[in-house]
Amino acid sequence: MLELKNINKYYNSGTVNEMCLFNNFNLTIKDHEFVSVIGSNGSGKTSLLNIICGSIATDSGNLIMQGSDITGEKEFRRYRKIGRVYQNPAMGTCPSMTILENMSLADNKGKPYNLGSGTNRKRAEFYRESLRQLNLGLEDKMNVKVGSLSGGQRQAMALLMSTMTPIEFLILDEHTAALDPKTAETIMELTDQIVKEKKLTTIMVTHNLRYALEYGNRLLMMHQGEAVLDKSAAEKAEMSIDDLLGVFNQISIECGN
Amino acid sequence: MSILLGVLEQGIIYAIMALGIYITYKILDFPDLTADGSFPLGAAVTAAVMVKGVNPYLALVIAFAAGVLSGIVTGIIHVKLKVRDLLSGIIVMTGLYSVNLRIAGKSNVPIFNMETIFDNAGLNNVLPESVASYQTLFVVVAVALASKFALDAYLKTKSGYLLRAVGDNSVIVTTLAKDSGFVKILGLAIANGLIALSGSVMCQQQRFFEISMGTGTMVIGLASVIIGTNLFKNFSKVRATTAVIIGAVIYKGCVAAAIKFGLSATDMKLVTAVLFLIILVLSRGRVKKVKNNA
Ligand SMILES: Nc1ncnc2c1ncn2[C@@H]1O[C@H](COP(=O)(O)OP(=O)(O)OP(=O)(O)O)[C@@H](O)[C@H]1O
Ligand SMILES: [Mg+2]
Repeated sequence: MLELKNINKYYNSGTVNEMCLFNNFNLTIKDHEFVSVIGSNGSGKTSLLNIICGSIATDSGNLIMQGSDITGEKEFRRYRKIGRVYQNPAMGTCPSMTILENMSLADNKGKPYNLGSGTNRKRAEFYRESLRQLNLGLEDKMNVKVGSLSGGQRQAMALLMSTMTPIEFLILDEHTAALDPKTAETIMELTDQIVKEKKLTTIMVTHNLRYALEYGNRLLMMHQGEAVLDKSAAEKAEMSIDDLLGVFNQISIECGN
Repeated sequence: MSILLGVLEQGIIYAIMALGIYITYKILDFPDLTADGSFPLGAAVTAAVMVKGVNPYLALVIAFAAGVLSGIVTGIIHVKLKVRDLLSGIIVMTGLYSVNLRIAGKSNVPIFNMETIFDNAGLNNVLPESVASYQTLFVVVAVALASKFALDAYLKTKSGYLLRAVGDNSVIVTTLAKDSGFVKILGLAIANGLIALSGSVMCQQQRFFEISMGTGTMVIGLASVIIGTNLFKNFSKVRATTAVIIGAVIYKGCVAAAIKFGLSATDMKLVTAVLFLIILVLSRGRVKKVKNNA
């Protein structure tokens, strides 16, 4: 279970550009929940994920993960239990390392990074097998530097890499936005499969309303740092894309943009 | 012939240092000016312990360790105290000037008439008399190759992968639940260890320590790295570490040629600066790779 309690977050505090993004924000995510998060640009989706992962500090409030308060815990320690794919495809892989090296690096998460051999040849077949699911032909390019892959190919790899080792939470920030429609579909299905197989508690930010409705068992809509809509699996099943688009527009109009 | 030999010897000694710069500049993406202090640090430590009768090979190890410490200091200033990369190096470099003087005792310490890694009873017995004039070259090549192969091997370990990852995209190191700051400190430590090792070899080869011998180390190292890696850019078979060593020799050769064609040694700093600017413009400097947390 993940609980955000009375989170306050200001950007640029103490300057003329001061802006309050979250004001007493509360959110509870139960184990094995798969939450799709939608919302307009600048509504605070990425910031919310950054707060959960500890990439940015909050001004006040508490973050409770599985009963223990992790508000002050360092970002890198939180990732022992969290896997994350970023909005920016460049963030999830190392461009100057090969596909094989990237996969090996990710495969070692949770174990010591010592003087043992960086790549375990015996695992290469397993990596190739996982890459094959992406249908991008990456399994035949094991020794190609990731920097020469396209953004979408990198993003697909980033998903595999972030979920390779045992984790409990999966944080996805528009992870299909950089992909072509067909690959996006493949990746979304793969995501769903991974989440179910590994029983991950997942937060997925997306601008694709269809994905938000089709996948996951809870739907959040963010607006100006607030969760203006929170639908359970049953309520979500009743909604159509048009309903959702309607709510989306209505909220935007009410707030004058 | 002897000029060529001199160029090779000096070039390969600087190549050991350039391997260190390769780690900071190419792998960590960190312009580390500590080098200008850690190179003479290695020499100062070497002169100081050798005057006390310490074995010259052991002096190499002690110099390496001293360099590691200086790298750790730069790393801590940058990572923990959040000082910008270039400035952290400048701070440590400046401080090391005094430290080096303290260690050596004075600004110029000769170590003539002493056994060195180039000239000692054991080595003279092993190598035949006929190759005596190449003895120095043999030894510097041995040290440089040992450093190169050790570095190559390290970069293929798990720890080495993490080091390569942190310069590439430090975010990924964090998401692997590792402290990226610690990895940076580790990289700076290894790099400055190699740079001080190079200083130790230089001190033993020229048989004296001199306080200003570190001036321009970083620039020479950078020039070597950039020449080497750009020259072999299209040869994926040539390892970057090999390219860097060749780059250092070429750089030293260019400098020797410039002096041969009438430039005085005092003009060299200007030539180096101009050369360096040209290289930087040609390779278009550093580009920030990844925006944070988007
Ligand atoms: N580092 C920062 N400094 C100042 N303001 C910021 C910073 N990061 C985000 N903001 C502001 O916080 C608000 C929320 O940004 P955030 O990136 O969380 O939006 P988002 O919902 O992820 O948007 P998008 O859909 O465009 O990705 C925006 O108004 C943005 O300008
Ligand atoms: Mg965002």
